Amino acid sequence: MRSMVQVERWRVRVKGVVQGVGFRPFVWHLARTEGVAGWVRNDSLGVLIEIQGPRSTLQHFCDRIQAEAPPLSIVSDVCHEVIEKQGDESTFRIETCQIESDPLALVSPDVSICSDCLAELEDPTNRRYRYPFTNCTACGPRYTIITDLPYDRDATTMADFRLCPTCRDEYGDPADRRFHAEPNACPECGPAVWFVPGDSGSVCRDDDAIEMVKQRVAAGGIVAIKGVGGFHLACDAHNRVAVNKLRSRKHRAAKPFAVMVADLATCERFAILGDTERALLVSRQRPIVLLRRQPDTHDWCESVAPGNDFIGVMLAYSPLHALLVDRGEVWVMTSGNQSDEPIAFENDDAMDRLKGIADVFLLHDRRIETVCDDSVIRVVEDRSLPIRRSRGYAPLPITLPTDGLPLLAVGAEIKATVCLTKGTQCFLSQHIGDMGNQQTLLAMQRVVHHLLRLYQVEPEIVVADMHPGYLSSAWAERFSKTHGVPLRKVQHHHAHVASLLAEHSVAPETAIIGVCFDGTGYGTDGAIWGGEWLIANAFAFQRYAHLSYVPLPGGDACIRYPARMALAHLFQAGIDWADSLRCVKSIPPQQRRLLQQQLERSFHCVPSSSMGRLFDAVASLCGVRHQVSYEGQAAMESEAIASDVFRKGVPSACSPLHDGHRVVRSDKRVVTMNEHAASIKPYEIAVINADVTQVDSGRLIEQVVSDLHHQRPASEILARFHLTIAESIVKISIKARTATAINQVGLTGGVFQNALLTQLARRRLVDEGFEVLTHTTVPPNDGGLALGQAWIGRQVDCEDFG
Amino acid sequence: LAHGGGGKLSAELIEHIFAPAFANEHVTLLSDSTPLCLPSQRIAVSTDSFVVQPLFFPGGSIGDLAVNGTVNDLAMSGARPMYLTAGFILEEGFEMEQLIRIAKDMGRAARDAGVAIIAGDTKVVERGHGDGCYINTSGIGVLPAERKIAVDQAKPGDAVILSGSVGDHGVAIMSVREGLDFESPILSDCASLADLVQKMLDTSTNIRAMRDPTRGGVAMSLNEIAAASRCGIELDDECIPIKEPVRSACEFLGLDPLLVANEGKLIAIVAKSDADQVLNTMRAHPLGCDAAIVGHVVEDDNQLVVSRTAVGTKRIVSIPVGEQLPRIC
Ligand SMILES: [Fe+3]
Ligand SMILES: [Mg+2]
Ligand SMILES: [Zn+2]
Ligand SMILES: [Zn+2]
Repeated sequence: MRSMVQVERWRVRVKGVVQGVGFRPFVWHLARTEGVAGWVRNDSLGVLIEIQGPRSTLQHFCDRIQAEAPPLSIVSDVCHEVIEKQGDESTFRIETCQIESDPLALVSPDVSICSDCLAELEDPTNRRYRYPFTNCTACGPRYTIITDLPYDRDATTMADFRLCPTCRDEYGDPADRRFHAEPNACPECGPAVWFVPGDSGSVCRDDDAIEMVKQRVAAGGIVAIKGVGGFHLACDAHNRVAVNKLRSRKHRAAKPFAVMVADLATCERFAILGDTERALLVSRQRPIVLLRRQPDTHDWCESVAPGNDFIGVMLAYSPLHALLVDRGEVWVMTSGNQSDEPIAFENDDAMDRLKGIADVFLLHDRRIETVCDDSVIRVVEDRSLPIRRSRGYAPLPITLPTDGLPLLAVGAEIKATVCLTKGTQCFLSQHIGDMGNQQTLLAMQRVVHHLLRLYQVEPEIVVADMHPGYLSSAWAERFSKTHGVPLRKVQHHHAHVASLLAEHSVAPETAIIGVCFDGTGYGTDGAIWGGEWLIANAFAFQRYAHLSYVPLPGGDACIRYPARMALAHLFQAGIDWADSLRCVKSIPPQQRRLLQQQLERSFHCVPSSSMGRLFDAVASLCGVRHQVSYEGQAAMESEAIASDVFRKGVPSACSPLHDGHRVVRSDKRVVTMNEHAASIKPYEIAVINADVTQVDSGRLIEQVVSDLHHQRPASEILARFHLTIAESIVKISIKARTATAINQVGLTGGVFQNALLTQLARRRLVDEGFEVLTHTTVPPNDGGLALGQAWIGRQVDCEDFG
Repeated sequence: LAHGGGGKLSAELIEHIFAPAFANEHVTLLSDSTPLCLPSQRIAVSTDSFVVQPLFFPGGSIGDLAVNGTVNDLAMSGARPMYLTAGFILEEGFEMEQLIRIAKDMGRAARDAGVAIIAGDTKVVERGHGDGCYINTSGIGVLPAERKIAVDQAKPGDAVILSGSVGDHGVAIMSVREGLDFESPILSDCASLADLVQKMLDTSTNIRAMRDPTRGGVAMSLNEIAAASRCGIELDDECIPIKEPVRSACEFLGLDPLLVANEGKLIAIVAKSDADQVLNTMRAHPLGCDAAIVGHVVEDDNQLVVSRTAVGTKRIVSIPVGEQLPRIC
């Protein structure tokens, strides 16, 4: 009787993040259990498999590839074609790399140490006991060491190290956890650490080096540590003197530092963890998670994150960090740079640039090809809100809803990222830094060229912001000239909204009500925008409404001095600069007169609808802060104070705030909002019906001032202010819905890093029946801008809207 | 001053105002043209129009600017300025006394600069068609033999020398124009650089480029030099002389002093070997007593001008783009 089984041979193509993640051994095991013959190999498109066996088995095999893919992989597509059978094949083999011309295989981000490797690290009998560079196919560096595709040891900075026989066996054995783990290494053959003392002492290596670093940190020293994606500056977070020393050497007056701990238990001693925070902390991306501080951990937390309710915490994510930071310890781990420069990543350069900051250095000899800062995430109502998308996430693509031309988008000016598209895939780079200095510009250039080389893309369009003074735009102009590709300029807030549209895979022609609140962006009328309601799709936008204009006296100067912004708002609202107002008093009379003259003459006063600056103005009016040492400081402090009111109710007694004062609280719950919200009333919202609808900031300022004159507590005013802004979002959105029948509202722009505002706005919008889009993949701030630019830039046949 | 006076008015102005103010051996202002004998066949010619408001400001007037502006433009090419012409466009009703003051300022400035005003013209336009007084000056200077001084001559390694403090003129003008009361008065630096340049040229044959950083300030001039010479320029913030009142006024108004105009300063790009010598010469001169080496020319494909900040980063000094718009989002 003839068998009914029909034997076929299939060529199976698997696309996605499938290299360097243990995919081939997984396929090999699968082939063995299914009993099929053939082979598997990596190529520049992903993974290619040929299998031969009964047709139904082959189908089952393909289904299992999708269903059981290894944890670090992301399978975007599995497809097969039937090819000619081969006769004499009885086994299933893993073949070595084959290079093709058009790489579509995706580069995996760096992955934090896995539990197996961590266990070996702590096992004295293991040959990798206390070895800082242990890794396997489930963990270890990827993006930061890859020089080229396809992903293969020779195309990484590990090409500098020759595998020892034992490591080679592991590497070649499909049954081993380290089969084709490209950065595979051991103390015999792999990279090593060494300690470089400052003025005195001697260089030492390996375990001694790690011991020396621990000693120096314990003794209050500052150590520059070369990690996975660059250098950190570290010190004992519990040691106030050390932290302040780091602050003054780094010229970083008050901006919070992130800390690193070994485990969740240590974290819980000083921070409040919800389930989402916990999950993020232990995730393989191991981002810095902004956690609410415990109320009784003021002293040391206060110097790490002054005036801030939140503290940025990450768990040790590489074996080196796991060896350095013991359970119970808290280390400041801030990026290894001079103020706003990019992070140092090369030994010599770091020794040079950080010598004035660090007392000692911990170096290693695994080269970092690509710099990658730590990512930062905040949790808002159990959703992650990315603040900085970098290590662990970059360069995973965001899938665009449609195919199109390859292009390069260069982002904004601060929190620079760049974006490259290829087909439907949009590669948003890691965080590069703040432009305005040469080192960041060079870093951006390096990232662009690395991405172009990795993905072998020749952009046919380059996209930049419209701002005439952005250095990124000037760079794009040069790129456009030297590469002979057209330059497209995109409006800043349109790009913010488009980043949200792209993130949520909204079809290009579908328009939403985009509420875009940020600091400053160049508008099509030459004014500085930042409090915008745009009806926008990926093609075009219409400015539906905005915050009324006030003059920004002196450009960037009024960003450093919220008090100037407060006085500009008072001036615009026609309110006297009364001495009883704290913001007025904070400016000496002579300077006040000058400011008055400047405003009256409208000299270097650009009109602006910035929401960020309104937050600054109100913060200064309420006496929270009149001068900032980092961007967003006044708004962050105001949010902390207002949040407290929503949790605990309106304070009964009048309790004026002092500059930098922090409200002490007693509850330890992770609180969102509660019954107190009902007792807080928004201010009246005045809408001006002009050509473009305006929300009258003057009316709002009047009411704030009136409350101040009536001795209302600043915390209550700030709470009412937050609520009013949320209500104005709702009010204008309803008006826009009536006019356009659009029911989707998107919240984007840096102001929506404010969790309280986001929460308040979302709840009220949902109450009103809106569908609300917020960011969960890219930051709402300018770090996500390049994605939006790319998405708009792709709509080449762009036309006028409406 | 009345409109439509024609030739008679013009003749009167020349006889009573300009001739005495500009007095020099060539005063032939009444003839159609002035014949000259030049000591060399290599000459430089420059022309510029002056429309500054207000006409009189702390440290100078439109008259000083009209002479020094053109004199300095000539001097920057290495030329020794010799002759100027002056054309006036006056608004009907412009006060004679003001014109006399302007003419006297021009005469004094010309004598200080060692140039002769040798031809002139006056037109009066209807009321409302001018801002009181506009002046155009053209100048002729003599170029030294065998020298090439131009913005495309900078080479990596060269020193960047600045002759004195930056921003004085621009801040002085805006303080009067915008009615801003700065704590201490700031004077324009308006001056002729011709003599200083001659002494520099006598000191060194390795001066590659010179610029007077007027509109657009030091930032503009250096970016032009960098672009023309296809190289980068690295400055040091701490070496750049800025007077304290100018610094604080700029800080307050949100201006970068490097973008503010000067009228009596020069930037020289000098071969490293000669830099100290040139600097010493400059410092010995009253207009260069605050001169300083503020940076140097470097190789850079991006042709950037950067300045090392107090904390050690290299901020990019870009070309001004009209109003200084905030860039922090
Ligand atoms: Fe923005
Ligand atoms: Mg000129
Ligand atoms: Zn592992
Ligand atoms: Zn080994």
